[in-house]
Amino acid sequence: MSNKFYENPVIKWIEYRLPIFSFIDESVGSGYPTPKNLNYWWNFGSLAGIVLTIMIVTGIVLAMSYTPHVDYAFESVERIMRDVNYGWLMRYIHMNGGSMFFLLVYIHMFRGLYYGSYKEPRELLWIIGVFIILAMMATAFMGYVLPWGQQSFWAATVITNLFSAVPLIGDSIVTWLWGGFSVDNPTLNRFFSFHYLLPFVIFALVFVHLWALHVHKSNNPIGVDIKGPQDTIPFHPYYTMKDLYGLGVFMIFFMFFVFFAPNFFAEPDNYIKANPLVTPTHIVPEWYFLPAYAVLRAVPDIWFISAKLGGVIAMFGFTLVLLLLPWLDRSPVRSARFRPIYRQFFWVFFIDCIILGWVGANTPDAVFHGIPFLWIGRAATVYYFAHFLILIPLISILEKPKMPPQSISAAVTGTASKGAE
Amino acid sequence: MRKTIKATLLVMAMSLTFAAGPVIAAEGIKLPARNWSFTGMFGTFDRGSQQRGLQVYLEVCASCHSLRLLAYRNLAGIGFSEDQIKAIAAEAEVTDGPNEEGEMFDRPARPSDRFASPFPNDNAARASNNGALPPDLSLMVKARKGGADYLHALLTGYKEEPPAGFTLGDGMNYNTYFAGHQIAMAPPIADDAVEYADGTKATAKQIATDISTFLAWTAEPELEERKRLGIKVLLFLIVLTAMLYAVKRQIWKDLH
Ligand code: HEC
Ligand code: HEM
Repeated sequence: MSNKFYENPVIKWIEYRLPIFSFIDESVGSGYPTPKNLNYWWNFGSLAGIVLTIMIVTGIVLAMSYTPHVDYAFESVERIMRDVNYGWLMRYIHMNGGSMFFLLVYIHMFRGLYYGSYKEPRELLWIIGVFIILAMMATAFMGYVLPWGQQSFWAATVITNLFSAVPLIGDSIVTWLWGGFSVDNPTLNRFFSFHYLLPFVIFALVFVHLWALHVHKSNNPIGVDIKGPQDTIPFHPYYTMKDLYGLGVFMIFFMFFVFFAPNFFAEPDNYIKANPLVTPTHIVPEWYFLPAYAVLRAVPDIWFISAKLGGVIAMFGFTLVLLLLPWLDRSPVRSARFRPIYRQFFWVFFIDCIILGWVGANTPDAVFHGIPFLWIGRAATVYYFAHFLILIPLISILEKPKMPPQSISAAVTGTASKGAE
Repeated sequence: MRKTIKATLLVMAMSLTFAAGPVIAAEGIKLPARNWSFTGMFGTFDRGSQQRGLQVYLEVCASCHSLRLLAYRNLAGIGFSEDQIKAIAAEAEVTDGPNEEGEMFDRPARPSDRFASPFPNDNAARASNNGALPPDLSLMVKARKGGADYLHALLTGYKEEPPAGFTLGDGMNYNTYFAGHQIAMAPPIADDAVEYADGTKATAKQIATDISTFLAWTAEPELEERKRLGIKVLLFLIVLTAMLYAVKRQIWKDLH
């Protein structure tokens, strides 16, 4: 820890025994050197952290009035909406916060893909990020079940049923997950328990994520390492202020939905209480699961692997393939700014993800200009995996990257590699 | 810098245009879009229409549909006085108990009671409706694509004769906007189905508008408070963000 000098005797007393003030200073204060050239795409990590905090706070408040029982869950949520003071506000923040959280984290991830933030020496940082998104998905899925509406119930039924595809022990796994022979009260209870637990696991993962970040500091838009103090500025006040401004813009966006379109991301069906005897005409997941849902449904029977099992494997592979990325991309240059070929394929990949989301929102037998969605989904799924497993390795070997600037300060001042500013 | 201002403005502009709200089609059928007093960022419920809607519910729909999530006391939210609420509640009977002898007993409802349901349970409701279940109406407007537009279209969308080639089931009615077009509910409203206490002419359209407005409120009783608070929150955030931007610029100014 630094030997920063504190005047205040109380702070001094504490600092001597627990160096918490220098810890804060070195994490988000003036003692943390940050590349001076970060653009606004670097705002999204801190925004996601703030939304995680908002989710935990509103979630704890909701849990005070929520009843995890099949006979009361739906009504208890409506009580929160009607009878708890500002309960509607807490619920709408939590409900829309889920969507905002995914939106921010997806942007955060695409940022990483574009600027090569997953490359040496940030592989572990990236891998921890993949675990965070997996934990987020589990949390959001179980949270969606809690209000016990029609979509809640049927989403839980469809998704848990997927595990029956596991050979031999599939059915036993499903019974074990349910705590019975269908999605019922035990299922709701355990989902609530996990939904309360997992955000704190995410919190711990975020802590480790930041720990790894602080070892080698942030990557930056030109992807060139920090060469010395002339390349950096202290986190505080520069980035604290920039993050605060970004937070303001984001909050305007977020609060617009909370107050004026609170059900924009919601399915009307979920305002009908769960009924195991009535299957909804269409079961659609929340928008942030649509690409994964499209992948799940794209896989046909292949040899001895059933379509269901294949779909489950592909759906997990959809996220897990990101774990391999640091070793699939062999290009020494990080930022796509200096990788003309990769940059184009990045955007094709981005569009591919949008297409997958669009396919996920439609039934497989629906058609678009004569083409069944099933086939669009299959093509987009194949491309998704080909991007990581074939295109990225090939491009990274064949492409001739442009020469990045010598250093961050050289890039900022536009001068040659003199360094000093 | 210029770019960031533009982005900020874009977000705000987007927010405003969203407020207009799209016209949603149910099952591929276009719903006629109507002008509701409660849509838009500054929308509020039309009090007169809401109160007439309550009358329609009590006089027409309440014989089949429950409104379980609503308590009589909630009617204060649409402008009824305490005495009026007491009088409205007292018209309904609810079961209470057990009393000191251990018996359940009926008594007139009080403002703190939930709206009395027409049937003791779903089976009883089905038994009186040819096997079809009249759903609870509390959240109906939120629970259908198209919301109030759908409800209005449904109530005014009956046809006496189904189109050629369409066979109706026994006791079923043809409705343009209901999924599958066969609905077990007979047309519940017609011109002059109610006589409005405030003298408004009770055309079928008017009745449909009033009950839809009323049920939009039962689905989202917080709507007016939400929008009122929302305007303040957004104004506050816009001013705050502008100031944060100015400070950020000031701090970064000496950097490059
Ligand atoms: C005679 C009994 C009866 C009356 C009176 C009645 N309904 Fe219904 N209603 C039903 C039945 C039965 C159904 C179920 C229809 C079905 O599932 O086919 C129904 C269904 C509905 C639905 C659901 C449609 C859907 O999309 O699923 C709405 C909305 C509705 N009624 C509104 C009203 C309103 C508003 C009134 C008062 C103006 C009213 N009803 C009066 C019996 C009634
Ligand atoms: C990682 C952060 C979290 C995410 C992504 C998340 C996501 C969700 C989602 C999508 C819903 C369904 C919303 C709805 O349809 O109403 C929900 C509901 C709920 N969540 Fe969370 N949540 C998070 C954290 C928490 C925490 C920390 C708690 C409590 C300690 C909590 C408690 C609840 C409760 C009680 C509900 C049910 C009430 C309701 O439906 O509004 N959540 N959550």
